[in-house]
Amino acid sequence: MTWLRKMGWRHLVLIILTLFAVFPILFVLSAALNPLGTLGSSELLPTGASLDNFGKLFGNPNYPFLRWMVNSLALALISAFSSIFLGVCAAYAFSRMRFAGRRVGLLSLLLIQMFPQFLAIVAIIMMFTRVSELWPAFGFDSMGGLFLLYMGGALGVNTYLMKGFLDTVPKELDQSAAIDGATHAQIFFRIILPLVTPIIAVTGLLAFIGIISEFIVASVFLRDPETKTLAVGMFGMLGNDVRNANFGMFAAGTLLTAIPTVGVFLWLQKYIVSGLTAGAVKG
Amino acid sequence: MKTKPRAGNDSPPSGHRRALPRPRRELSTGFVVSRILVLAVGSAVAFYAAPPLIAAESWTGLTVLAAATALIAYVYLSRRHLPLKYLVPGTVFLIAFQIFPVLFTLSTAFTNFGEGHRGTKEEAITSIQTSSVAQVPGSPEYNLSVAVRDGELVFLLVDTATKQVQAGTATGLEPVSGAELGLTGKVLSAPGFQVLTIPQAAARGAEISALTVPTAAGAIKANGLSRAFEGRAAKAYAPDCDCVTDSATGQKWTADPDEGAFVAADGSRLAQGWQVNVGFSNFTRVFTDPRISAHFLSLFAWDLLFAAASVLGTFGIGLIAALALHGVKVRGTRLYRVLLVLPYAMPAFAMFLVWRDMFNTDFGLINRVLGLHTDWFGEPVSARFAVILVNLWLGFPYMFLVTTGALQAIPSELGEAARIDGATPWHNFRRVTLPLLLIAVTPLLISSFAFNFNNFNAIRLTTNGAPFSVDNTTVGGTDLLITYTFRLAFEGGSAEFGFAAAISVFIFILVGIISALAFRRTRYQEEVYA
Repeated sequence: MTWLRKMGWRHLVLIILTLFAVFPILFVLSAALNPLGTLGSSELLPTGASLDNFGKLFGNPNYPFLRWMVNSLALALISAFSSIFLGVCAAYAFSRMRFAGRRVGLLSLLLIQMFPQFLAIVAIIMMFTRVSELWPAFGFDSMGGLFLLYMGGALGVNTYLMKGFLDTVPKELDQSAAIDGATHAQIFFRIILPLVTPIIAVTGLLAFIGIISEFIVASVFLRDPETKTLAVGMFGMLGNDVRNANFGMFAAGTLLTAIPTVGVFLWLQKYIVSGLTAGAVKG
Repeated sequence: MKTKPRAGNDSPPSGHRRALPRPRRELSTGFVVSRILVLAVGSAVAFYAAPPLIAAESWTGLTVLAAATALIAYVYLSRRHLPLKYLVPGTVFLIAFQIFPVLFTLSTAFTNFGEGHRGTKEEAITSIQTSSVAQVPGSPEYNLSVAVRDGELVFLLVDTATKQVQAGTATGLEPVSGAELGLTGKVLSAPGFQVLTIPQAAARGAEISALTVPTAAGAIKANGLSRAFEGRAAKAYAPDCDCVTDSATGQKWTADPDEGAFVAADGSRLAQGWQVNVGFSNFTRVFTDPRISAHFLSLFAWDLLFAAASVLGTFGIGLIAALALHGVKVRGTRLYRVLLVLPYAMPAFAMFLVWRDMFNTDFGLINRVLGLHTDWFGEPVSARFAVILVNLWLGFPYMFLVTTGALQAIPSELGEAARIDGATPWHNFRRVTLPLLLIAVTPLLISSFAFNFNNFNAIRLTTNGAPFSVDNTTVGGTDLLITYTFRLAFEGGSAEFGFAAAISVFIFILVGIISALAFRRTRYQEEVYA
């Protein structure tokens, strides 16, 4: 009975929590495979195995899912990559250099990450009304404009995590490189960047997930069905009058959206734990 | 660091080093290429952005662009200002798309900007007059040809009485010479204009019917694609009384500079107003307008509760899960871990919608499994319970990951020492593990609180603020301040941007204060400077 006292509670707790974590996902899976495809007929456990919902998803001209998928993936990849690059540059400066305004800069970044960009959404809309007139390529209904907006948040929590991680990389490494005649750019690109790959992978993944799920800014920004992202487009799929009928299709879309992120997530899980806490503990 | 940049190989050794200026570095290929690259990108952006600004005569914009380009060129071409080279790219975006909108929000909060209060007083007067234009007997008629000049739509008008040819644009009339008239009395061609064919014009029908050419007596509007008429404005503005008078009914609206609107003696106002500075009235309205102040406090209280419950709940669940897997070898650890973090990897926007539909009254899984017919989002208590539950589901895997990492970082010797000294497992956790853990995760708890305080998606995609009471459709039982603001600005018929901006400013301040207080209580601030 010692096993029960020592290990039993652990398994009990873990099984309960795992069920809590998994049942909505199981529901999505069974709804996606549900041949009837409605919300009302979707059960927790799969009642059938049909790919009808996936077929409907790709064959429906009202919901250009493939187009949204391409839009979202392109936007998220490019934005995540660029924002990580901007962030790691700033983190390098904050971690390795001493300059006037460094303390203020760090504290400001800490504060800025508390304020979500969409709190200023009214101002953003007015700003981009003007931008749409001047530079239509970066105005409403354009991926370019949305990309620029997302870049506004590049120096936030990412920079903080990366600065924390950079602080753990011994300074002696770049000092010895400097003695050997390396320029600051060579040190940054050849020595620092390869050493901080784990945290770049983690923050990149978090940025990627964040942009895929970003809804509010994109929803006021993208109004043309062809330029919508997955979040905006799939939201429309569950409009009031079609919510019941389209649920299977929506669940299929959710699964397809989740597969790449879940895959990469599980692959990088080890780094995520160390990356998040290293940044947090070291500040 | 004692080393100086190395001098070029060919520089001769010098006897008086102290008199020498900073040793020159050789111009390496990388140095030259990187400078050329920066210049190329910088000038490409500037040359792309400048022409539309010049065309729109936006000199302020052009000045800002020039200054920014010059600053960037200076930072990257000079050898000095090393930190700036790394900070500028992100900072440029930060200023343009984060700090500037915030300042803009702040300035909007002091205006009545919104539906019906968008432009200047002159624009409002023009809009009032042109929108009241109606054809009256005896007003001049024109033969219309639609043309394009420099990409802009123009009316080529032939007066049916005098045969005089004029070009009409949104700014007014101007004479046209050298026009060739057809048999129907319409302009066939005119130098400088590209006359549209009827099918071409039909394709731009909406633009044509929207175009109003202001004249001294009223305005010219198209009537179909080949005729136009000059109508009289029923409402006219008179500068001497600063009022608008309706010539048909004789009603009079006087300009109110504080309200930015034309107001009649009976209190009615014209729909077209203009933007004025209203001082702090948007801010005081939150406290003085009883319809808003009562709700504002309850919104704020619920927002705090929602954020606190989300943070403590996710942390609690995450910690329990992490503790269950910590310290000893549990069979199936890897599988448990994978399954427990799954919610974090799922697309959050989609899972909010899935949860919303699981709570659906008629078709939802929860009602069907439990055999109920509860309208979960119909009562404040159940709706609040539901949104917190959803948020716990989405948030606890993050806390699980974080606490797992933090627990692993706590040296196990501490726990062992405590056990040898006779501490029970509970004491050990309470007095050793938890305090150490909190030091590590408090900053994350604070930013998680700030995030949830403004967790727009969690409400917008689930209840969308429901339930609403019958007498007030702007404030719902689960509305956070941010979703309330959003509804004020975009979803009500009124579009009160100024007031919405004021509430945004309140949110900025509240979050700032709460975070500052929380950070003050941790050692975090000291470590920031390290």
